Amino acid sequence: MLRFALRRILMAVPTLLIMAVSVFVLIRLIPGDPASLMLGDLADPASLADLQKRLGLDQSLPVQFFIWFGNVLRGDLGNSITSSQPVLPLVLDRFWISARIVLIAVFIASIIAVPAGVIAAWRQNSTLDLALVGSATVLLSIPTFWLGLLLLLFFGLRLEWLPVVGYVSFRENPTAALLYIIMPVMTLFLHEMGVLIRMARASTLEVLRLDYITHARAKGLSESAVLWRHAFKNAFGPTWTLIGLVLGNLLGGIAVVETVFTIPGLGRLLVDSIFARDYPVIQGCLLFVAFVYVVVNLIVDLLYPVFDPRVTAE
Amino acid sequence: MRLPAPNAILGGAIIGIVIICALFGAIWTPFDPLKINFAARLQPPGPVYWLGTDEFGRDVLSRLMTAAATSVWISLLTVTAAITAGTVVGVLTGYLRGWTDRILMAFNDALLAFPGILLALGLLAVIGANKYGIILALGLAYTPSVARVVRGAVLSLREKEFVEASRVMGNSEVFTMARHILPNCIAPLTVLATSMFGWVLLSESALSFLGLGVPPPAPTWGNMLASSRSFIAQAVWLGVFPGLCISLTLLGINLLGDALRDKLDPRMRGV
Repeated sequence: MLRFALRRILMAVPTLLIMAVSVFVLIRLIPGDPASLMLGDLADPASLADLQKRLGLDQSLPVQFFIWFGNVLRGDLGNSITSSQPVLPLVLDRFWISARIVLIAVFIASIIAVPAGVIAAWRQNSTLDLALVGSATVLLSIPTFWLGLLLLLFFGLRLEWLPVVGYVSFRENPTAALLYIIMPVMTLFLHEMGVLIRMARASTLEVLRLDYITHARAKGLSESAVLWRHAFKNAFGPTWTLIGLVLGNLLGGIAVVETVFTIPGLGRLLVDSIFARDYPVIQGCLLFVAFVYVVVNLIVDLLYPVFDPRVTAE
Repeated sequence: MRLPAPNAILGGAIIGIVIICALFGAIWTPFDPLKINFAARLQPPGPVYWLGTDEFGRDVLSRLMTAAATSVWISLLTVTAAITAGTVVGVLTGYLRGWTDRILMAFNDALLAFPGILLALGLLAVIGANKYGIILALGLAYTPSVARVVRGAVLSLREKEFVEASRVMGNSEVFTMARHILPNCIAPLTVLATSMFGWVLLSESALSFLGLGVPPPAPTWGNMLASSRSFIAQAVWLGVFPGLCISLTLLGINLLGDALRDKLDPRMRGV
């Protein structure tokens, strides 16, 4: 178990390193050097030279990378060009807003979708199965930004049950915060339901055809024991891995939902800084989301043996 | 002959209609999709403007048709680019193995560990948001997954007897790759290309929705939805029809993709 964990953690290190190099190179591909981008066109030559020296821009490119990477490891992602705030606190601030929405949505979706998928597989080709798979495929096909817009039209403008757009922090007013968060969570939840039902169904179907299931049935076990005790445990693995991927993808794709509901989350910060050409913030967002993505998938992999001890045997 | 699966028929029909609309929209639309006409501002759907008009009095149906052409064209080019680049990387790494494989795949996996849309956003920040920027950004973002799939297929193919035979016959490595390895990768590539077409279409719409796609006034389904947000209370149709187009297209692709996978991937048959 420990060896499995250590090996998996070590595997994440080169991935993170290559990501750091990619993000660094990506931003350096932009014409013009970072110091003059940060100070704007009207900077006086003396302060420009000063900043260039401070950022190590007079050094060779690999040296520049190590200076930058050293700063990143110390938690210094530079300062925003537009607001001159330090990037890391800004990113963290916005991250919690997005993370809350994504986590709640994926949590609820998993609780409902996984049993639904297992039951659909168990009753393969029944009306129930067709209905579940059909609605999952439809949900999967609706882009979140349109789903959000429809929810907003219906619950916000037609029924006037929920506040239309905006965001209130939980510390200020928990009830209002909850009301504002319902529609974004519902949007992501419905979309991910489609993804997870199909995955849970497919992996359960694969397991249900195996010999040990026939054996369990032949032993005279009840259908529910076969399904939940024997099939479910082995079928859950792929779905569990997918949940990790979904969490990461949502963080990357949440910008559209945040745009629909005007939520000041991490996705919106990234898009706004792309418009503002605020390169330190772009760099910080990309690096941070990539980091979270790798860490989430690492945690998912490390918890995998809880459901399926076979993976550590290798 | 067995009839195709119902989801293949439905999916194929939807995609067929979208492609016909796109082809048609590239040649002729009922109205000029860019012509501003303030007299006909925010007209609801009716006999003249079947799907209504937008805040500049432009015909929504004409704009949707033009947008279909743009989206289908961008998605096709992007998928072709990603499949080509990914196949080259996948065949080279899978066939040659050794250090080429290790270095390229380490890089590939790191890129694969980025969510696709995030990678595209990062690239767009550098390249700039326009039609070709999107194709380049999304093409690069989806190349690693193609390389993974192709490499996997090639790894098992290169151990087969017919590849061995080709080598023994004295054929060059390049000939063996092109004549014997590549054709056998077509089945998994077809499945992948179909779903990728959906991912790319969705990403393109999402980027347009964020204002990082094809710049206005040229219509795309995504930027039409984005601009509908300010008028959604008075003009519901502006927010409904473009989204319906995206969703139906994606539904068609998903249905077709499922059917193709069932047919071409024997492991999944009956599932």
